[in-house]
Amino acid sequence: MRGELLSSADVPPLEIHDLTVAYHKKPVLWGADLVVPTGKLVGIVGPNGAGKSTLIKAAMGLVPVSSGWVKVFGEPVAKNFRRVGYVPQRESVDWDFPVSVMDVVLMGRYGKLGLLKRPSRADHDKARECLDKVKMLPYANRQISNLSGGQQQRVFLARALAQESDLYFMDEPFAGVDAATESAIIALLHELRAAGKTLLVVHHDLPTARNYFDMLLLLNMRVVAFGPTEEVFNYETLQKTYGGRLTILSEVAEAVRTKT
Amino acid sequence: MRPEAPISFAPGFSRLSRAAKPHLPCERETLCSSLRRHSALRCLLPHFLSAISYLLLCIPAHAARIGDISETSLWNQAFRFFTFQDPAVRYALLGSMLLGISCGLLGSFIVVRKMALVGDALSHAVLPGVALGFLWNMSKDPVAIFAGATLAGLIGTGVVHLLKQTTRLKEDTALGLVLASFFAVGICLLTMIQRLPTGNKSGIDKFLFGQAAAIGPGDVQLMGVVTGLAVVVITLLYKEFLVTSFDAQFARVSGFPVQALHYALMLLLAFAVVIALQAVGVVLVSAMLITPAAAAYLLTDRMHRMLLLAALFGLAAGALGAFLSFLGNNLPTGPFMVLAATAVFGAAFLFGPRHGVIARWWRQRNRSARTQRENTLKAIYHVLEARDFQGEGVSLRELAERRRETLEDVSAQAAALRANGHATLHEDGNQVFLTPDGWQRACAIVRNHRLWELYLTNEARVAADHVHEDAEKIEHVLGEETVRELERRLGNIAHDPHGRRIPDLAEMRRGTGVAVTEKSMGYGQDIQGHS
Repeated sequence: MRGELLSSADVPPLEIHDLTVAYHKKPVLWGADLVVPTGKLVGIVGPNGAGKSTLIKAAMGLVPVSSGWVKVFGEPVAKNFRRVGYVPQRESVDWDFPVSVMDVVLMGRYGKLGLLKRPSRADHDKARECLDKVKMLPYANRQISNLSGGQQQRVFLARALAQESDLYFMDEPFAGVDAATESAIIALLHELRAAGKTLLVVHHDLPTARNYFDMLLLLNMRVVAFGPTEEVFNYETLQKTYGGRLTILSEVAEAVRTKT
Repeated sequence: MRPEAPISFAPGFSRLSRAAKPHLPCERETLCSSLRRHSALRCLLPHFLSAISYLLLCIPAHAARIGDISETSLWNQAFRFFTFQDPAVRYALLGSMLLGISCGLLGSFIVVRKMALVGDALSHAVLPGVALGFLWNMSKDPVAIFAGATLAGLIGTGVVHLLKQTTRLKEDTALGLVLASFFAVGICLLTMIQRLPTGNKSGIDKFLFGQAAAIGPGDVQLMGVVTGLAVVVITLLYKEFLVTSFDAQFARVSGFPVQALHYALMLLLAFAVVIALQAVGVVLVSAMLITPAAAAYLLTDRMHRMLLLAALFGLAAGALGAFLSFLGNNLPTGPFMVLAATAVFGAAFLFGPRHGVIARWWRQRNRSARTQRENTLKAIYHVLEARDFQGEGVSLRELAERRRETLEDVSAQAAALRANGHATLHEDGNQVFLTPDGWQRACAIVRNHRLWELYLTNEARVAADHVHEDAEKIEHVLGEETVRELERRLGNIAHDPHGRRIPDLAEMRRGTGVAVTEKSMGYGQDIQGHS
């Protein structure tokens, strides 16, 4: 009965408690706590090696965790894979792989299909629709190595759209894309948020982070701050996150100065 | 027809068949004496040819082989092969084709997963298992050898995994270690078996370089089962293998059992290697995995086509290897199969329509020829421009001076223009006249050049004396859309940064006084049509 009484809005899409991840006994992420509310566009920022990618990989169960737990819509992520969408870093795959753009986007439907079932006509239509959303439909039959960086990123995004998930993890979707693609992606993220999806986006450009996201997670091995962007994006928290890294500090100081 | 029966394919060959055998020694004597005498050239030639054919065709038999013919010809062998009367031939051919299919299919996956070295290590690691499988009941029992080899292969893979997990060693080192050590153990065991009283007749040594002729009915059954299994599993789990091979982490988040699928693929790979051992041999079996798949990879951009092509190439290589080995009186089969597969790969490498060397060279050549033509057109335009477009013809001398090249070079360039319909030649080829099409192309290329220079100086703030070199390259690749975009952005496009007029669309249509056809020729169409 209790499960029925809880409306979906009451169960946070992502809840992380005391999460520690270590590679070769060296902690990369340490005691992270996080509760992400529904329908928010969350930016994850922090210096290199702060554990940004590790956090979202651990949240999806892709890396072994040393301690702590992760709940996705109130359950272990393995039970809720169907509600999770993922945009990995562009460099994580071999772009010479013999598949077409359409093949890659269809992979977004595989999770819903489960084992052994083949994609149906409806899945193809859905994939085409998603490709159209990222303006890549004319490239549907191209082999993926013939794409520019921005186009590759759009294909990954279309694949994530095809997953029709409720919670999205995106690992640096803006890395190495042109300005047109960047604004197209951000428009798409806003559209997804408007549809009630929750999005966690690893981002490394501070000045734009301020404008793009509803909430920010400032990370440097530990969660330095998490909250609405206007509350979190200030000199003190940024200094705590990036402490000692002067170049970035000056960049941020500039951003703070010009935008406030 | 009995295989031993004399076959006359051509009159000249009848003497080579065994029916004519008693006459051969004396024929050879005649040949030698005629060679020594060096005089009767007219009768030497036919004798010489027949002797060469004899030497080539009648390779004396020396190895143990199918049937019990003491001496035979290539033609006889080929005939026996293609009539399939000999059950041993049937088994050898069928087995070789089956192993080609399974190796091609599994090889495709290890190629796209960048695991070619794993295939190599696995294939060497199975050797101790082969020997132990033989020692199990001192016979070449296909099932015992299959089980032993698979087990050894899996242990080898396990050791690689263990080394990677527990030490700082990287995968390539771990693979190298396992490959060599397991292979060494296998060789030692094999040598021991050879020394046993029954060992030297067992044919176990054939596992090193492969002998298709040693394939028996039991082997073929096993190969059929394994190949069938590989085809069925890959067909059913194609989607799963595709997504885990392309993006394992994404597949994991999509809820697929990535690890289990990986092990399933490794197990199938081990099976494919083991059934191929008998015919290909331990040393070369990894080539049967990699080579057909690599050839297929060069020819197609889609995974399912790659699988089909690789299976086809594997099948062809297997059949060809078995055939050549049989022709050569059962020389080791493995090398022949690998050579056949390598020939296919070589063909794909050279003649592949998209990624092939020749296609790439041809495209490059076309591009540079087009660039060359466009540069000549531009030079002609410059000559005409220098004299305010008075007179239509441009002499080769003027062109040569403009381009700072020899008359021969310029003459060849003019010929190229004529061949492409851009110009006509007059006065013994000394005067070049642009056709309407050539004029349009010349205007377009000059326009591209000057628009780009203008863009660089006005929009990108590049100094006027820095832009020429860049425009020289860009002018040949600017597409219709980019040119439109440039026009829109630049606004006033009458003159380039150096003060020269940029040819406009009206000028392009007008031509150099040459009658322009009624057909309206859009600027963009023109560019597109020739690119």
